[in-house]
Amino acid sequence: MKISDFPVSYQAYGELNEDKSNAILVCHALTGDQFLAEPHPLTGKEGWWENMVGPGKAIDTGRYFVICVNILGGCMGTIGPRDINPETGTPWGLDFPVITIADMVRCQALVIDHLGIEKLFSVIGGSMGGMQALEWASMYPDRLWTAIPIASAALHTAQNIAFHEVGRQAIMADPDWCGGDYLNQGKKPVKGLAVARMAAHITYLSDQALHRKFGRRLQERDTLAYGFDADFQVESYLRHQGITFVDRFDANSYLYITRAMDYFDLAAKHGGELANAFKDSKVRFCVISFTGDWLYTTEGNRRIVHALNSVAANVSFAEIESDQGHDAFLLDEPDFERVLKGFLDGAEEIRAAETGQD
Amino acid sequence: MVPDRKAIRVDLQLISDMIEPHARVLDVGCGDGALLDYLVHFRHVDGRGIELSTEGVKTSISAGLSVIQGDADTDLKDYPDDVFDYVVLSQTLQTMVQPKVVLEHLLRISKHAIVSFPNFAHWRARLSLGLLGRMPVSKTLPYEWFETPNIHFCTIKDFVELCRQLDIIIESQKILDTNGSVRSFTSTLFSANLLGEQAVFLLRKKKS
Repeated sequence: MKISDFPVSYQAYGELNEDKSNAILVCHALTGDQFLAEPHPLTGKEGWWENMVGPGKAIDTGRYFVICVNILGGCMGTIGPRDINPETGTPWGLDFPVITIADMVRCQALVIDHLGIEKLFSVIGGSMGGMQALEWASMYPDRLWTAIPIASAALHTAQNIAFHEVGRQAIMADPDWCGGDYLNQGKKPVKGLAVARMAAHITYLSDQALHRKFGRRLQERDTLAYGFDADFQVESYLRHQGITFVDRFDANSYLYITRAMDYFDLAAKHGGELANAFKDSKVRFCVISFTGDWLYTTEGNRRIVHALNSVAANVSFAEIESDQGHDAFLLDEPDFERVLKGFLDGAEEIRAAETGQD
Repeated sequence: MVPDRKAIRVDLQLISDMIEPHARVLDVGCGDGALLDYLVHFRHVDGRGIELSTEGVKTSISAGLSVIQGDADTDLKDYPDDVFDYVVLSQTLQTMVQPKVVLEHLLRISKHAIVSFPNFAHWRARLSLGLLGRMPVSKTLPYEWFETPNIHFCTIKDFVELCRQLDIIIESQKILDTNGSVRSFTSTLFSANLLGEQAVFLLRKKKS
């Protein structure tokens, strides 16, 4: 199935230089969006990567032109299942075509074309954003100098798929989902989407991080209520995560994007050999994982590194010590920032030497 | 930051002198990247590194070097044959779980291997063990037996013998004395093995 003439939203920070050589594409994760370095227009909360992206920060908008595109299938301006199908005049719902990570990357490439950028200095992304960075390097090796997949994976494991399936089933079990037709029926599966978010959120945090944050502390009470209210702070926190999520996210978008992640298997696309995805690649890679990440583990990231080694690609790899879980890449981690910035600085020096630029 | 580029250790300087400019180099156990940084900037090599310690990896990548966090004992097998011109194993052989396997991998993935190690048959080590009955502790072997990362000690003679077994050709060798100076007592293996505190070997595999 083909869709054409569709809207794509992106945000950009910093200034594109004259020879258009200072552009960095940041790819957002499952529930992220293009507002990475400014307050979110719906929630008013600060941008999801404001600690990393900005003037003088690790990804320095004083030097780089940083682009972030709302992914295909998303719900912050780029076409997704909640938009109007021009053929029917009503929201797409489940008639929206199933999308892949590669489709998201093709969509981003259209934006990069539109901006007249031939070659990105870097494609950077955490989690699902890292999958896009890997797909970029595989699909368009001549259009980027460096790729930085962070806390990511070259495929979705059975466990990854299983967690997503729990989320999808929660949405689809909500009567207000209406078989995916809720927008036409004036309804919204808020309960199902909130539960999906709650389940997913647990996978983003480590046991230690949850324990440190909440322990067994009680929520606004001194003793257990012996009922099913949110006795524990951790319950209250998760409920809050769920409830606030539904205000900014579309349930069908969540189905489509989680499905795209489940279908992701870069090796399968290349004859079962991950290394083939990067054969003869001139891209410089920096793979980064976190010790406390049990969703996209160091082991999985190391497999990417091994595949890159086996085709003699230029790769750096660091495992950052952190007990914050998968979300560590969104949080204040000085070692992570140091490695990322150092890698970008080094790559720029080498590019200058190779191209004779200053 | 990477330490002062001009001030690299004597054995690292020796290694660097063995490497042709613009070569493809893998430094196994590259530490904080001092040698790699020197090679990249002064010999313009295409340099890569493997390092086990988190601190070393962070320092190296932050300095713009291509370094992966990994273990030579397990990660060398992923590299294809003959992708490097030189692979360097500096003061690391004795810490390997399987030094023989590692050595074979080095010469599988690279045309040349440069291997440096402390000589356990240096006269001071012999004196310590033979006369005093104590495990030697010195500048090149600075650890007590209970905390040493060195699990496979060897002597210059042992190493030469292993190379013979593996059909490895020794192209050149430098023997360093206690002061870290290169000495010319390499005329006989006996004197090198007695008086050399460290050795640096440039190796290549026999053409089949």
